[in-house]
Amino acid sequence: MTGTTSASGLHLPQYLREAAELRTPVGFPDYKSTALRAPLRAPVDLPHRLTEVTGPLLGEGRVTAADADLTRQHTGEPQGQRIIVHGRVLDSDGRAVPHTLVEIWQANAGGRYRHVVDNWPSPLDPHFTGLGRTLTDGEGRYEFTTIKPGAYPWGNHHNAWRPAHIHFSLFGRAFTQRLVTQMYFPDDPLFFQDPIYNAIPEGARHLAISRFDYERTVDNWALAFQWDIVLRGTDQTPFETEDDGDVA
Amino acid sequence: MTQARTTPSATVGPYLSIGLTWEDGEHVVPHDTPGAIWIRGAVHDGNGNVVPDAMVETWQADPDGRFDHPDDPRGASAQPGFRGFGRSQTLSGEYAICTLKPGRVPDGEGGLQAPHIDVSLFARGLLDRVVARIYFADEAEANAEDVVLRSLPESARQTLIATPTDDGYRLDFYLQGDRETVFFAV
Repeated sequence: MTGTTSASGLHLPQYLREAAELRTPVGFPDYKSTALRAPLRAPVDLPHRLTEVTGPLLGEGRVTAADADLTRQHTGEPQGQRIIVHGRVLDSDGRAVPHTLVEIWQANAGGRYRHVVDNWPSPLDPHFTGLGRTLTDGEGRYEFTTIKPGAYPWGNHHNAWRPAHIHFSLFGRAFTQRLVTQMYFPDDPLFFQDPIYNAIPEGARHLAISRFDYERTVDNWALAFQWDIVLRGTDQTPFETEDDGDVA
Repeated sequence: MTQARTTPSATVGPYLSIGLTWEDGEHVVPHDTPGAIWIRGAVHDGNGNVVPDAMVETWQADPDGRFDHPDDPRGASAQPGFRGFGRSQTLSGEYAICTLKPGRVPDGEGGLQAPHIDVSLFARGLLDRVVARIYFADEAEANAEDVVLRSLPESARQTLIATPTDDGYRLDFYLQGDRETVFFAV
């Protein structure tokens, strides 16, 4: 237990609040659909009390090992580059987040989503749905086998293309840690015109890009990409930028 | 000592239903649970139009005000059949959660919070979740003492208070505009 009781009240973990300039803003003018959806008023600070420092610890019984392999969910195998996507879920204090549910979804190798709203002229793959789930192990490690998704066009601006990406959803151990994010691939030529990527503060964009992991490729089978996901920790030491010389 | 930087958030996008659909998502409790209520509502954008591709997630204490979680200093307490967590998409135009009304939870300052549900709202057009709370209109006394509601102006408070319906409660969320919901930085 990280909390304690005392006569004066409850002592609860307090989760890191990163400065706004380190975080993706909720709205971004170049991402057109935020114009009518991103709240215009500044949010009100909500202190971390019992509801915020707890959260659903789900997954046991909800996930099978097969859910982590997106290439074996149909009678045949999907087209495209088979890849292993693996990494660790950690918090910002460096601690593993074990037994936590990770959900992913993505387009197929041609950049087509199996969804009624996506009907651009790239074929669906009858052997690919693009949904995966897993629980991290006792060391916070996760691994998926999938197909490298293709880029896909959208209507945000003229000749707009999303860089290849996999959507990730994580619960962590507390309501404060809940994260929905996107993982990108190194050397993608499309970042320059993608407002969803560029909405991330410049110094943090690299955190969204996976690393090609030659050591984890499986000979004659699959390439591999490694991507650690860092959730908010409870250490309240203020984050220091590279410019700061001293520890307070 | 520098900490690792956290992974940046991204929008859930328009295709969230591929990855985040749970058949039992809307059932925090089974529908035939004694005392079960439905909490419903629509999500509106800045033009007042209904958002049909949003996802609402809820997290709350059980009717005794307890959480099944090791970080609750009072001890983890599990109520059979109660998951605490709900997830509902607005494909039909509304979210809907079948749950039990939460009990009051200590506020850490010697008092009790009014019954409330923490909400995460995700959608295309939001690069990060927005966080709200659902309170209950028939808890006037508890609401008047609530440490969070008390800190808000009256008009803002009303955006978080669900009104009774035949089978539960209703609260609409307004992402922008005159009726913009109070959202929280958590």
